[in-house]
Amino acid sequence: MADNPNPNLDDTQAAPAEAPAKRKGIKRRLFLVGSALVVGGGAFGVYWSDSSARARARELTTGEGEHNFLSWMKIAEDDTVTLYSPHIDFGQGTHTALGQMLADELDADWDKVTVEQAPSDVAFSNTALVQGFLGDMTGYPGVINALPAAVMGILARQQKVQITGGSSAVRFTGQSGMRVIGAAVRAALIAEAADRLGVPAGELTTADSKVTHAASGRSLRYGELAAGAAQRSLSGDPVLKQRSEWKLINKPVIRRDIPAKVDGSAVYGIDFTLPEMRVATIAAAPVRGGKLESVEEAPALAVAGVEKVVKLDDAVIVVAKGYWQALKGLNALSPKFTDGGNGAMSTASIYAAQDKLREGGKPDNEAGAGDVDAAFKAAADGVISADYRVPFLHHAMMEPFALTARFKDGTLEMWGGLQDPIGARDRAAKAAGLDMEKVVFHPMIMGGGFGRRFPPMTEIIDQVALLAKEVPYPVKLIWSREEEVRHGTYRPQSSGRLSATLANGRIAAWRSDYVQGDNAEGEVGFIYDVPATSRRHFAYRSNQNDGPWRSVNSTQHGFYNESFIDELAHAAGEDPFEFRRKHLPEGSRHRKVLETVAQRAGWGTPLPEGVGRGIAIVESFGTIVAEVIEATVKDDGSPKVLKAYAVVDCGTTVNPLNAEAQIMGGIIMGLSSAIGEAITLDKGAVVESNFTDYHLLKLADAPPLIDVHFIESDATMGGIGEPGLPPASPALANALFAATGKRIRTLPLLQQAKA
Amino acid sequence: MQFVAIDFSVNGKPVSVKAEADTPLLWVLREDLALTGTKFGCGIAACGACSVHVDGQLTRSCSVPVGEIAGKAVTTIEGLKDAEGTLHAVQQAWIDVQVPQCGYCQSGQIMAAVALIARTGTPSDAQIDEAMTNICRCGTYPRIRTAILAATGQAARATAEPVQGEA
Repeated sequence: MADNPNPNLDDTQAAPAEAPAKRKGIKRRLFLVGSALVVGGGAFGVYWSDSSARARARELTTGEGEHNFLSWMKIAEDDTVTLYSPHIDFGQGTHTALGQMLADELDADWDKVTVEQAPSDVAFSNTALVQGFLGDMTGYPGVINALPAAVMGILARQQKVQITGGSSAVRFTGQSGMRVIGAAVRAALIAEAADRLGVPAGELTTADSKVTHAASGRSLRYGELAAGAAQRSLSGDPVLKQRSEWKLINKPVIRRDIPAKVDGSAVYGIDFTLPEMRVATIAAAPVRGGKLESVEEAPALAVAGVEKVVKLDDAVIVVAKGYWQALKGLNALSPKFTDGGNGAMSTASIYAAQDKLREGGKPDNEAGAGDVDAAFKAAADGVISADYRVPFLHHAMMEPFALTARFKDGTLEMWGGLQDPIGARDRAAKAAGLDMEKVVFHPMIMGGGFGRRFPPMTEIIDQVALLAKEVPYPVKLIWSREEEVRHGTYRPQSSGRLSATLANGRIAAWRSDYVQGDNAEGEVGFIYDVPATSRRHFAYRSNQNDGPWRSVNSTQHGFYNESFIDELAHAAGEDPFEFRRKHLPEGSRHRKVLETVAQRAGWGTPLPEGVGRGIAIVESFGTIVAEVIEATVKDDGSPKVLKAYAVVDCGTTVNPLNAEAQIMGGIIMGLSSAIGEAITLDKGAVVESNFTDYHLLKLADAPPLIDVHFIESDATMGGIGEPGLPPASPALANALFAATGKRIRTLPLLQQAKA
Repeated sequence: MQFVAIDFSVNGKPVSVKAEADTPLLWVLREDLALTGTKFGCGIAACGACSVHVDGQLTRSCSVPVGEIAGKAVTTIEGLKDAEGTLHAVQQAWIDVQVPQCGYCQSGQIMAAVALIARTGTPSDAQIDEAMTNICRCGTYPRIRTAILAATGQAARATAEPVQGEA
């Protein structure tokens, strides 16, 4: 905080914020978050909220006998602490983890802490996330480069952010938000107690939501101190606890959301109902980019229970008493759609266009070091090249899209699960032609997201906003699974040609030429020590919507890089583990992660006939993960994963029990995508329709044993929701090569096995 | 199709609904009876999110017309607790092992596991593989397996033990 030597969390000293912003040349609007300013320059120098935002937060959340602190938490006189999370918890355990971080610094009794979803109001924009995304402004060097371009784009477009994505909640909002708030409020509670008891603050201790003066045996409950503490100025730079003092952070705390998820009582967006509500379902143009040309409404209106047909620019909606009637009505229609000029697009045409673009040799972006061209020319042993291809991937969140909306008295109210509630209001307002203040969004829990539920990619917001204006009753729009599969915002179909030359058993030069929509340079680091590297991006877009898919660009680049280095190891006649190891700097975290997974997996020990072992290591979202997969090929030619091992260095885990679940889930999603998943196109339209032809991994094909090990350190905290995924597909392909001698360069494996 | 009265029982209580006979049981449970713990996932009996028990048989309710349920006994996730409100052993195991992530598929997973255990007593890994065909996108499969083993008193695979807090 060089620009502000006396930081306070709770005041409106906005002026210093502009200086660092201008100096760094970053547009000021990035720093305007709601009505609060984010101040760069120090990890904890955040103005959490200004006085008007705090007043608004109090109005939204704080009742009689409750005292709000910095918008984000309140203490009630019965000692209950409530934390408002700006992040959605869609199963990744964020709410519990953020609660742990706040409660630990606050010394609160964990049983009296609850975590609630923050209202979708700009008073609750998540400033710490923006701070985290701004990376080098805030003491997290490099962070800004490690985030998906798609997520950065959202931030750049929107001033008002309440986003969940980029494996960011715990490492940014938790580390520079919740912990700081907890520590600052604790200090204020101590100061209040010192005045009340007439003793020096230094003689007071805190535990279990009480401040105690041991010498006199007196103590005061947080609930008794809250009113006075809430009037105090809070430190912007409180002392945080050391690892040795943690009681909740880094401990396997039970998740709070789970009981309601085992007895059917959890209410997801699709479960929400209102009196008089109708249910609708939709068919959009089968070819992305197409428009609705015409539709004869009568056949739908003849279906019992159907009440209305609504035509949108590119879709037709049927409104009925219930979902079944709406679906029957929709199926009775024969809408005519145009193809938007995309009718020739196919999976093969996309790959062909990508190859042609890459062979044209004119990249849109280039990064690297050293002279790769010179090294390739001088290569005594020639240049080794391999082409890799990965398909579009569907998110397949188990809860299909569903949003409920009611337009009444000029206000649009919506209920559902999206990854940025404030962004959802913004998009709905634009679609409905309303002021954002006239749109209310009620965030609900979600049956998965994986990147699909970011408002810029969710046209269902527009659809339901327009629909609600057409009908006099509340309406829930539900996408069928078929609609969901065919109108995704997919992980892009992408391809890469990797080339390298070897000298004296080492990689002398490495080139990745890759074709996809966005430049992935900033996000996908290159971890190996190679003297000359070149990564060239060729920008290509199909008619499909590309979007973030769990772990984003690290999926395809992890597959390219970790498959190719395996090929190089075999070309050099070396063990794939040893070959990687010697290209990772001695003493590095990467090398330790790799060595640890090899040791845990028994790398080099004998395996049964027909079983192979593969290894891969990828750094993503600030976390390094190495995995070893043991696999074989079944009689029908399909792969069978027998065991999986993962070693993870994310600095530290906040909840190791949940972090383990996230890594396991990432591995299974990675394996699932590698084995069976592909969205393919024919005549511009998606071929797949449901889980019968979009193949997700099931329990029987998932490894029964996944060994997850965390290397704990004081390194900057990395993400946990996504980094488990990228090493899984290359580790599997490498294992199958070890088992069969057949190298797989195109995913998914099942299509290759059948080919 | 006409809306007709159809009588059956859900979670031990008699119900009478007015529905078209071809309406899938799933939508009658969710929209007419407000039992939303049973989930819509695919509509074609491919994912298992809608699993319930009909006369004790595991059934994917999205693909069974309610007309065929007349006179039968349906159990949903909301009906697994006993009369005192105590969780079924499988539900408790799901909490102990911390199975759910997003949780959306877990009603169906639990209904499938309860049916498997009712049929086999102590299921083997092969029986678990064969019976547990519901899709979980979060990838909770290893913990589902562990929880089924735990619920049937079988040795679970080692995971970290929870030490803090109550569920």
